[in-house]
Amino acid sequence: MSAITFPTSSTWDRVKGYTPPTRFLPVIATLALFVGLFGAGGVRYDGLADPQVLLSLLIDNAFLIVLAVGMTFVILTGGIDLSVGSVVALSTMIAAKTLQMGWSPYLSIAAVLATGTLLGLLMGLLIHYFDIQPFIATLAGLFLARGLTYLISVESISISDETFTQLAFKTVYFGEYYLRWTAIVALITVAIAAYVLARTRFGRTVYAIGGSESSAMLMGLRVAFTKVGVYVISGFCASLAGLLFSLYILSGNSLHAVGMELDAIAAVVIGGTLLTGGRGYVVGSLLGVLVLGIIKTLISFDGTLSSYWIRIITGVLLLAFVVVQRFATRRQS
Amino acid sequence: MTQMDVQPSETGTAAPTARTPVIEMRDISITFGSVRALSEVSLRLYPGEVHALMGENGAGKSTLIKALTGVYTIDSGTVLVGGEEHSFSSPAASQAAGISTVYQEVNLVPNLTVAENMLLGREPRRFGAINVRAMNRRARETLTGLGLDIDPASVLGEHPIAIQQLVAIARAVDVEARVLILDEPTSSLDSDEVAKLFEVMRRLREQGVAIVFVSHFLDQIYEISDRMTILRNGRLVEERMVSETSQLELVKLMIGRELEALERLDREPPNTEAEVGTPVLQALGIGRKGSLEATDLELFEGEVIGIAGLLGSGRTELARLLFGADTVDTGELTFRSERRRLRSPRHAIDRKIAFSSEDRKAEGVVGDLTVADNMLLALQASRGWLRPIPQSTRTRLVDEYIQALDIRPADPSALMRNLSGGNQQKVLLARWLITEPEVLILDEPTRGIDIGAKAQIQAKVAELAAEGLSVVFISAELEEVLRLSDRLVVMRDRRKIDERPNYDVSVSDVLEIIAGEARSEQQPEQQEETRA
Amino acid sequence: MPESPTLVQRVVRHQLMWPVLALVALLVVNVVATPTFFNIRMQDGHLYGNLVDIVRNSAPVMLVALGMTLVIATRGIDLSVGAIAAIAAAVACTRIVGAADEGAATTAIMACTYALVVCLLLGAWNGFLVSVLGIQPIIATLILMVAGRGISMAITDGQITTVNNSWFSDLASGFVLTLPLAFLVAVGVFLLTALLTRRTALGMLIEAVGINPEASRLAGVRSRTIIWTVYAFAGLCAGIAGLVIAANTNSVNANSLGLWIELDAILAVVIGGTSLAGGRFSLTGTFIGALFIATLARTIPNIGIPSELNYLFKAVVVIAVCLLQSPKARAVFRSRRGGPTVPTGPAAPVPAKAGSVA
Repeated sequence: MSAITFPTSSTWDRVKGYTPPTRFLPVIATLALFVGLFGAGGVRYDGLADPQVLLSLLIDNAFLIVLAVGMTFVILTGGIDLSVGSVVALSTMIAAKTLQMGWSPYLSIAAVLATGTLLGLLMGLLIHYFDIQPFIATLAGLFLARGLTYLISVESISISDETFTQLAFKTVYFGEYYLRWTAIVALITVAIAAYVLARTRFGRTVYAIGGSESSAMLMGLRVAFTKVGVYVISGFCASLAGLLFSLYILSGNSLHAVGMELDAIAAVVIGGTLLTGGRGYVVGSLLGVLVLGIIKTLISFDGTLSSYWIRIITGVLLLAFVVVQRFATRRQS
Repeated sequence: MTQMDVQPSETGTAAPTARTPVIEMRDISITFGSVRALSEVSLRLYPGEVHALMGENGAGKSTLIKALTGVYTIDSGTVLVGGEEHSFSSPAASQAAGISTVYQEVNLVPNLTVAENMLLGREPRRFGAINVRAMNRRARETLTGLGLDIDPASVLGEHPIAIQQLVAIARAVDVEARVLILDEPTSSLDSDEVAKLFEVMRRLREQGVAIVFVSHFLDQIYEISDRMTILRNGRLVEERMVSETSQLELVKLMIGRELEALERLDREPPNTEAEVGTPVLQALGIGRKGSLEATDLELFEGEVIGIAGLLGSGRTELARLLFGADTVDTGELTFRSERRRLRSPRHAIDRKIAFSSEDRKAEGVVGDLTVADNMLLALQASRGWLRPIPQSTRTRLVDEYIQALDIRPADPSALMRNLSGGNQQKVLLARWLITEPEVLILDEPTRGIDIGAKAQIQAKVAELAAEGLSVVFISAELEEVLRLSDRLVVMRDRRKIDERPNYDVSVSDVLEIIAGEARSEQQPEQQEETRA
Repeated sequence: MPESPTLVQRVVRHQLMWPVLALVALLVVNVVATPTFFNIRMQDGHLYGNLVDIVRNSAPVMLVALGMTLVIATRGIDLSVGAIAAIAAAVACTRIVGAADEGAATTAIMACTYALVVCLLLGAWNGFLVSVLGIQPIIATLILMVAGRGISMAITDGQITTVNNSWFSDLASGFVLTLPLAFLVAVGVFLLTALLTRRTALGMLIEAVGINPEASRLAGVRSRTIIWTVYAFAGLCAGIAGLVIAANTNSVNANSLGLWIELDAILAVVIGGTSLAGGRFSLTGTFIGALFIATLARTIPNIGIPSELNYLFKAVVVIAVCLLQSPKARAVFRSRRGGPTVPTGPAAPVPAKAGSVA
């Protein structure tokens, strides 16, 4: 904070005296972390301060953003979805295979989205109606989706459909800077999700379940619908992320996206969402993905650090956020 | 078992005009498995009254409430809402009929705002989106209507429990509840907070809401309630006007013994010789916020202290502090002559203190382990896992105690959860006796078990005391406390109100102490308050 | 005993009946598909055959699952075991490669010991997060699950490290007394775990903490120590598994070594009848569960299905076992069938397990 004061300006006093509500603090911390990393990188490495680097972050991580959005819904209810990485792989495979078989790209896209949504629905039903722990039910989903991927093809299939590849490279220019369509889709997803969580009855019920499921039940909220709903959303987001990923990588492969669920969970947690549920924002998850992305970019700019540092740093960030959250919630209770 | 025809017409406040009850439950019976939880209980609620539901543990209060809120289904009996028959198949159906409940633990979500907690599920919407501004406005109106100044946009979890409790009531009111059930809302509030709550309750009464009020604090009942229904052992005892019932009468109705029969208890003279030398255990002003006010207690060798008091009087809380199950906020404990702060039960166990909790199922029984393992758990825990009890010792101890306490089935490898309550209690007693304690704290060791087992446990306690063990014996049954104890401690409203040697103390004496009549000489203002 | 159950009743009610039945069913499928499936031949004093392969291949999952069983019994979970396995392999292999005498027996032993001490510390770290900081187990171990592979790669400097030490590779491919050493190591750890839990009071205290934490606390059980111990032990087991896997290929690939082994291990534990809700555990059940997973992996190619489809079958097994254990699902099925005659699966009344060392 700057030490300069303007005794006459009451507006400045108000700005100075403004403290953000504590519930926004985690997101602000993540934003500060991102700005700090970006700023430090900009000072240290030539060319990193370019706005296009920021836009490229969005382009390169579009699929992860969408994945993290779906995961945010699940984690907000206090659950977890381990299946999303496998669903991404399955989605690339369905897209590649159907296109190879000569399906229309639109039909192919519909098939991918329907599959992911259906898988999410099945897991949600298992979790809610049979009281199976989310991590074990989605573990079954992980195996199932990976198995289905292999069932379609053990080999990698490349995507060469013209409409599809055109979609992949569709670009929007802002003067000399540009964004791919995939990134725009991701940003739209974030916007819709933020709206749903903040302004709809469904969204608020998601938070209520994360705060206390039994209370939500006693308050007469639609707990069953919402609990199943978040896994449907997560399944849908995972398949949408799978589509974006196949647009990015232009192939279907059963070895794609191994461990991507961990990246998504890490992004959500670094974005300030409480793993026990009830607190967090999709915007935070977007920032979480960007923090992971900027670390990746910094490491590649540096050149001397190996890529595995990304995982270690992610782990350290995860630890920091989890421990801080733990003490923050312990103090409150 | 008959209902007196009492109409709440002469209550001081807002005389209700309606002659038909807003809710009438007639001859309700509920059975769980083979246990009859409620038999032919009736309850009538009139608009604009505060109706206290009274009873000790196991009286059936919470079962009755859950029947009314649609959580339990009724086996027989009828529920009339405004004179028409209804059946509540779910909590939602009950809520639709205008019945709202606020539980002891605040059943709201701490991570959302006050306004959201009040209006979640019925928020004002515009084009499908929640209209936050309208929601906050409506919440503020409701809160103001109750005389509460709480920012609707603030997060609920940042407020103290009392405020959360009031928000829960505000939510219940906002549904335009005709009946509001308050299940022990005051148990964690301080006196200012209770006053605030009562203010809100009075306002609601004026608005014609029927309030069911459950509390263990007699003074609170007398301050706010108009009528009461008293239950005991799943049966209706009486329906009464509060203004026509003295506290002593009420306590007698709740505990309900035929007093004359109890006076003729055969009892050994109390062991007063014990009170020499240094106490085994001495508590100086121990207390904990929200559960027990500063309390002194001395326990001598070979002595049985009986603690009498109603549910919520602080009897259990005191026992837990003596054992370190909860940590004290104030005061100190001395063992023999060592001063010590108990941070966990381990510290107490290391000082030869044993504690059997009142909640056998949640805090005693390890259901999926065998009888033998359950018996040896405390001893094994104090030895650490690396030093298992030798097989021969195991067998000897387990067989010895199965025989001594007559545990059935006499099978050390039977699973604990398959035993009856009485036998489980005996196993838990054995668990502590095996550790060879110097102080044994028993909290309701005979609750909910059959007569035979009860007598055996009582006999064992007497025998152990004769052998030099010091015992703290807590029970809701006064006759049991009187029969066993050398010294009597009476608790009420979270503090010790009386302590005396157990000479010629009768059950009715204790009832008078609990009801506050015996204190009247020292505290005349109290008496006036209760009579008012 | 007034009315001792008949032998048939005892067998049907035994908690191991279902896992054993499943394993037998799987073996029958194999024999039907390939009548020579059970054939075992002796060559150079070693046994060869499908069954020998199965027991050998089951070793890593079995090792991890033994540690996992104890963790799950305390109501916990350890997701980091795969990453810990990779770290163990990386530490051992880089130590061997960096040693003065790469092929010596002492080199192998020193390297393995060093690796296992590291794993013990990593397990203790998990235990610290869970028992001292009070972080939910699934979250606490997620941290090491994420960071662990990075650490493993940092140790191997991102390379696939290949070792040349016959003593080390014997850990996976060696034979002792005609049996594969890897399996013997797993059996050894199994017996050690059984001894550790059933001959000391550890097993009983673990179960008490898992069944009723509050009652255990009031009985004076030091649950913090217990929880710390089981996570450290799970780390150690994962480390041994990592060494076996690395020895099998004489190399360590930090990216793929032990990938998803935590999931297989959890599956083995659940198949073995230990409930994810904690409490009573069965090491023998876990042992059979691990054999089941290894047999399943063998069965699929044997009946002519591409082995990659293994995942599909595992998904079915996970769902089936969970539904069997879920009280809600059982209630649903029971009411559909209109009577309480449905087999109650692994949670059926369990006879006393006083002597269930193995």
